[in-house]
Amino acid sequence: MESFIHVIILSMLVTTAIAIVKVKDLFAVTMLAGIYGLLSASFFVLMDAHDVAFTEAAVGAGISTLLILTTLSMTGRFEKAADTPGSNYKPALALALVTLTGALLIYGTQDMPVFGAADAPVQTHVVPRYLNDSAAEIDIPNVVASVLASYRGYDTFGEVVVIFTAGIGVLALIMSTASKAPVALRASMEEHVVLRIVSKMLIPLILIFGLYVQFHGEYGPGGGFQAGVIFASAFFLYAMLFGLTAARKVVNNTWVQALAALGVLLYGSVGLLAMINGGNFLDYNFLAQDDVHGQHMGILFVELGVGITVASVMIIIFFTFSTRRQRDGDPD
Amino acid sequence: MEFLGLFNYWVVIVLMMIGFYIVICSNNLIKKLIGLTIFQTSVFIMYISMGKIDGGTAPILAEGVTLYSNPLTHVLILTAIVVGIATTALGLAIVVRIKESYGTVEEDDIHAKDKQA
Repeated sequence: MESFIHVIILSMLVTTAIAIVKVKDLFAVTMLAGIYGLLSASFFVLMDAHDVAFTEAAVGAGISTLLILTTLSMTGRFEKAADTPGSNYKPALALALVTLTGALLIYGTQDMPVFGAADAPVQTHVVPRYLNDSAAEIDIPNVVASVLASYRGYDTFGEVVVIFTAGIGVLALIMSTASKAPVALRASMEEHVVLRIVSKMLIPLILIFGLYVQFHGEYGPGGGFQAGVIFASAFFLYAMLFGLTAARKVVNNTWVQALAALGVLLYGSVGLLAMINGGNFLDYNFLAQDDVHGQHMGILFVELGVGITVASVMIIIFFTFSTRRQRDGDPD
Repeated sequence: MEFLGLFNYWVVIVLMMIGFYIVICSNNLIKKLIGLTIFQTSVFIMYISMGKIDGGTAPILAEGVTLYSNPLTHVLILTAIVVGIATTALGLAIVVRIKESYGTVEEDDIHAKDKQA
């Protein structure tokens, strides 16, 4: 039965993707992309990847849709008809190339182990070590959290730095200088009373849920990445309903930028502290009197650093885009 | 059940190719980025499908459970999603700048203006 459901969801994903190719109205395309994100999140739940599903639901269906919509409001809603004279538009050639590549890849799947096989190479290398030993070495139930923050701590550090850098990149590209800031504009959804009141009730709950996901990540699905995006989405909701000017009072630009850097700094400092105590970089065993305590402390602070950076960078990105849009003078 | 053994991977390839098609065949830069997102998500689906074990459960240790799905693929994809949105945002920021400098986000028009200049 379960496999039947995932076949249906995958078929819906393909249908949505084909619709995205066909539709010329970019507003509709963005909505379809949101549906695509939500469908893939449901698929991840079926595949037992609850941590991933959390993240994809917040990012794929929420944040990315919002960002693309904000960009669309600056660049125009409709895609130009592609077959104007003199253009390089060659759909037949592209289709041929895509079909050929796809056929080759499908031929390649013949060597893949079947779906769900327990003896597939991906299941037999490294992973048994994580599943069997993490209970004794790290002593937290969520293996995803222990792999993310401890076993593969270097990797995660790199990823947090990438996110931080992307945030800086967005700021460098489209940050509006204060002198050009416009007078207060009304929020785009201010007139919708129901939305406003319901969201007003929801925002505190979203924030608390974000904190729960952050600090409960060792015991259930959750952790810094998920908590960061969930926490940030509460601020997006506020900004959309009550306007950027009101949201600016809650979120101070300088502070958020400092916080984004602070998260990375916190992560790196945990690593350095382990070195000062005589271990390797990010070797949490050296953080406390015994190994397991050290691991707990290390994971707690590292996840906190991840959460702070992810939430701040998401808020920075959203606010920078929205401010740019206001500066360009189009209130809706 | 046998014929479904590779179904997930075929869907992944179809989605990947649809994304690829949008990237090379669409003229609009925002649509290209959406195509890239579709491509990216197909890779996520591939990794997560590979990590699933028949009869397994989410990799959160509990008593009486012996079979867990692969936590490593989950970790890789979980971070990739958040990195993905951050880089997409960077791409969108570049699109916004292109719009401001060229007045358009259609690739043809941008090339035409480049040639004029």
